[in-house]
Amino acid sequence: MSSTTATPERSGFLVSEYIVCLNGIVWREALRFLHQRERFVSALVRPLVWLFIFAAGFRQVLGISIIPPYETYILYEVYIAPGLMAMIQLFNGMQSSLSMVYDREMGNMRTLLVSPLPRGYLLFCKLLAGTAVSLLQVYAFLLIAWFWDITPPTIGYLTVLPALVLSGLMLGALGMLISASIKQLENFAGVMNFVIFPMFFASSALYPLWRVQEGSPMLYYVCQCNPFTHAVELIRFALYGKMNWVSLAVVGGCTVVFMIGAILAYDPSRGLVRRGPGGGEA
Amino acid sequence: MTATDTHIASQPSPDAATVAAVQPALSIGNVSHSYGPRRALIDVNFTVQPASFTALLGLNGAGKSTLFSLVTRLFGIQNGQIKIFGHDISRTPGEALRLMGVVFQPRTLDLDLSLTQNLLYHAALHGISRREARLRSAEVLSRIGLADRAGSKVRDLSGGQMRRLEIARALLHRPRLLLLDEATVGLDVKARADILDHVRQLVTEQGIGVLWATHLFDEIMPGDDLVVLHQGRMLAHGPMSRVIADAGAQDVNTAFMRLTGTATLTGKPPT
Repeated sequence: MSSTTATPERSGFLVSEYIVCLNGIVWREALRFLHQRERFVSALVRPLVWLFIFAAGFRQVLGISIIPPYETYILYEVYIAPGLMAMIQLFNGMQSSLSMVYDREMGNMRTLLVSPLPRGYLLFCKLLAGTAVSLLQVYAFLLIAWFWDITPPTIGYLTVLPALVLSGLMLGALGMLISASIKQLENFAGVMNFVIFPMFFASSALYPLWRVQEGSPMLYYVCQCNPFTHAVELIRFALYGKMNWVSLAVVGGCTVVFMIGAILAYDPSRGLVRRGPGGGEA
Repeated sequence: MTATDTHIASQPSPDAATVAAVQPALSIGNVSHSYGPRRALIDVNFTVQPASFTALLGLNGAGKSTLFSLVTRLFGIQNGQIKIFGHDISRTPGEALRLMGVVFQPRTLDLDLSLTQNLLYHAALHGISRREARLRSAEVLSRIGLADRAGSKVRDLSGGQMRRLEIARALLHRPRLLLLDEATVGLDVKARADILDHVRQLVTEQGIGVLWATHLFDEIMPGDDLVVLHQGRMLAHGPMSRVIADAGAQDVNTAFMRLTGTATLTGKPPT
C-alpha cells in the first residue's frame, strides 16, 4: 500500500495546494462533461431550437424598437441571442445542482466534503468548474449563431467573457443553494417548475421590458426583481462592448448572497443538507 | 517505493513522531447526537491509539455511521469533542482531516471515471501535485494488484476490487488514522478476508491507527481493541480479552449478547 511514512505535521495550506485542488475539481467536472456527450448536445439544441424555430416564427409578430445597447433596428433573433446565452447558463447551473444532489445520493459528495481544504473554498471551486463548462457551451452556441447572422462586434466575443463568468457564477451559486435544500433526486422536477421556467419567462430574455410594461405593469416589476433579467442584460450590453452598471451590481450582489447561502447550507453545523440517521449527508 | 517515498521515509518528521507518540490517533469525548427527538449517540467516550486496530462493534442502527459522520465532519458536533492527533475537528478541521483517511459504507467512487482518474481527483482534493499524485497512484494500484486496470472505468470492477481501491484512495495522502465503516458489507468471504488482512497489515507495518466499524463478530481478533455501541450508548471499551472477561463471557459473541441484553433490560449500560 502507500508509503509507510505519515504526512508531516503542519498547519494551514500552501497556495499551491489551493491551486492543485481547483485544477482537480475543474478537471473532474470537464471529464464528466466530456463523458456525457448527450448533455453537451442537449445543452446546445435547446437554445438553437429557440433561435431557429421560436425566433423565426415570432420575427414578424414582435417588433423591436431601438433600445440600448442596440444602435439600430435589429432582428428578433439578434435580440434573444443574449437571453439564450443566459438560458444555457441557467440550465447548466441547475444541471450542476442536479449533479450535486446525485453525487450526494451516490455518496461521491463525501469525497469532496472530507477534503481538508476549507469547505467554502471547495464549493467555490465546484462553482468555478461549472461556470467553465457553461462557457464552453455558450461559445459553441455563439459559433453556430454566427452562421445564423447573429454577428455581434468582434470585440464583443471578448468583452462578454467577464459578464458570462459573473452570470455563470451567480446561476451556479443559485443551483448550489437549491441543491442543499433538495432532499432527493426525484424532487428535482420541482426545480424546473418553480425556478427555471419562472426565471426564464419573467425576464427580458424573450421580450424587452418596455413591452412587458405595456402588457402588465405588475409583471414588469416582477421581471425587474428577477436576477436572471439582470444577467441577461449584463450579457447583452457586454456583447456589444457596453456596460450596464445596474445589472452588474445586481448580478454581483446576488452572486455573493447565493454563494454565502450555499456555503452556510453546506456547513455541517448549521446547513440545510439533510442529516439522516443513516449517516452521511444524503 | 518511489524515490519521493524513500526520501520522506529517510527523513521522518520529528514533530510527527513526537505527536504520534503522545496523542491518541482519535479521541471521542462525551459525544452526543440527536436527530430531532431521537438520540442517536449518548455520551460516547473512547480513544483509538496509533498502530492499533479498534473494532467498533454494533448492530445496524447502533450509531456507528452517525459517529463516522461526526468524526469526518459531515455532521456538526452537537455535544462533546472529537480530536484527531490532538486537533479538534470543529476548531481545526483542516489539520484534523489531513491526518485521516476514510472509507464510507456506501461506495464513494466515481463510476464513470477510471481508477487513476479517481485517485488523481482525491489527490487534488488534498493538494497533492499532479506529478506526485501520478507516482502515488501507480504505486498503490500496483500494491493492490490493479495496475493493469488503471485505465478501466471503476464500474467495471468487482465489489471487492472497488473496496480495495477505496482503501488505497483513503491512504493516498498518507494519513495516520484510517476509518472504515462496514467496509466488507456485500462482499464474499474471500474478498472480506483479503481486505481485513490488508488493513491489519497497515496497522502492523505502517503504524496506522484503524477504527473498523462492523456488526460481524468474526472480523474481530483477540489482540484488537473493542468498542461496543448499542442504541447510541457505548457499553464497553478496551482490549477484547478484558471486555469479554468483564462481561463474564467466553467469547466476543456471548459478551456482546450479554452486554446488549443488559442494556435492553435495564436501559443503562453495565458498570
